[in-house]
Amino acid sequence: MSAYGAVISARFRMHLQYRAAAAAGFGTQLFWGVIRILIFGAFYRSTTAHQPMTYPQVVTYIWLSQALMRLIPWYAGDPDVRAAIRTGAVAYELLRPVDLYWTWFVRIIGASLAETALRAIPMFLVAGLFLGLQAPPSWASAGAWGLAMIGVVLLAGAMVTLLSVTMMWTISGEGVTYIVPTLAIVFSGLIVPLPFFPDWAQPILNVLPFRGMLDIPFRLYMGHIPSGQALPLFAQQMAWAVALIVIGRLLLARGTRRLVVQGG
Amino acid sequence: MDSLRLYFRYLGVSVRSQMQYRGSFILLSIAHLFATGADFVGLWVLFHRFGSIKGWSLPEVALLYGMVSSAFAFADATSRGFAMFGETMVRTGEFDRILLRPCSVALQIAGQELTLRRVGRLSQSIPVLLWAAWSLHVVWSPAKAALALMTILGGACLFNGLFVLRGTLAFWTVESLEIMNTVTYGGVEASEYPLVIYPAWFRRFFTFVIPLACIGYFPALGILERTSAAGVPSFLPWVAPLAGPAFLCLTLQVWKLGVRHYQSTGS
Repeated sequence: MSAYGAVISARFRMHLQYRAAAAAGFGTQLFWGVIRILIFGAFYRSTTAHQPMTYPQVVTYIWLSQALMRLIPWYAGDPDVRAAIRTGAVAYELLRPVDLYWTWFVRIIGASLAETALRAIPMFLVAGLFLGLQAPPSWASAGAWGLAMIGVVLLAGAMVTLLSVTMMWTISGEGVTYIVPTLAIVFSGLIVPLPFFPDWAQPILNVLPFRGMLDIPFRLYMGHIPSGQALPLFAQQMAWAVALIVIGRLLLARGTRRLVVQGG
Repeated sequence: MDSLRLYFRYLGVSVRSQMQYRGSFILLSIAHLFATGADFVGLWVLFHRFGSIKGWSLPEVALLYGMVSSAFAFADATSRGFAMFGETMVRTGEFDRILLRPCSVALQIAGQELTLRRVGRLSQSIPVLLWAAWSLHVVWSPAKAALALMTILGGACLFNGLFVLRGTLAFWTVESLEIMNTVTYGGVEASEYPLVIYPAWFRRFFTFVIPLACIGYFPALGILERTSAAGVPSFLPWVAPLAGPAFLCLTLQVWKLGVRHYQSTGS
């Protein structure tokens, strides 16, 4: 267990070094957030029809996504794992006395936690003080949000690790692994909050795993989903995470059996 | 004329090298199509809920979106040399070699790569444009079709100018260049919606500082015959796209300043 702890903390500290990149990323996210809010503001002023969320709720949803977007499967698999598979360095990783799957899993979690911390802390401060990000309406909502965020980290980690594993087959066919992040961006609610999707699409969105990476925690945060539903939703996140982990481990076991190390 | 031929020779080499991995190229293009198509899904979802934005319907915004997105596709594919200039040329000292060759520096950088898969964006922006043109009740005179084409070309120049600017910054710093993404990728996102939805400071910035409105919103007003409703002189849509090439020329002058300022890393 301590080996995995060491991996996670090494990754975390390594990614904390990229502060200049994080500062530039923060500036970019801030600008995008402002544009998206201006667009929503204009839409709200153009209609009198009832909308599934209020304007202040949309503003909060947008700032939460600008702060925490690094947690969703942004990568088409861990870039370091990709390099290891391509160069053949994966052979060394197989020699280490730790489980390969969990090493990859905790490694990507460490990286995404550090990247998120660097961007989320200034974003919560700036957006909370000046730009309309509201606090959760109750302690219960805040707690439900915290629980769901644990679900996000595990679920997104399982998804990225699964993509990393598939790279054992598709070194040239990277295209497939690039499509999953796009699906995640659309169906997690990053581009448009999920409640705005047409009513007929809601049942489909509800069963997909992507909702658990962004929409569930954000709506729990603002009380748009009552905190009483936190446990069943957390169970849904965990069910998907476990499914992805099982598939990932099975694929990895098959992949290592037929692995041909490229070059020396 | 010779230098132009050299430029196309460069692009030919780049295309041939990408075609060596054909399977990978096709898959990456499809992935790129998906990624840029996601934008339009977002647009469609919002219009499905809200109906219109400040009097603009979905086909009208789609026309704007299609023109800006096509322009960006061309620029994104041709500007890789400038966009990655800091990382691949300045930091490595590779730029010294370029300077030694007896032909235009800017041309060599521009010819570094033609990223074909980025054209994947076109395979979604052109259908969007055609759909918009078909579902709008606009009489397409030859003049209007020419204006749409000019707008896309002007836009491609303008976005290329932004990438040149990003490359030029690398003479002074090779860190935090991502901040330029706000005006490139952020600029595309912002100019896919009509300018009227933004506050005044924002409109002024995108008209006079970085003239994105001139290669999207203003020409679109001309095509939709909405100039008088928007309070804009009726000749403006027809001259506005020229702001694109003008902006590119300006940034190339700044680039020359940067080249003069260049000191090799020595490595």
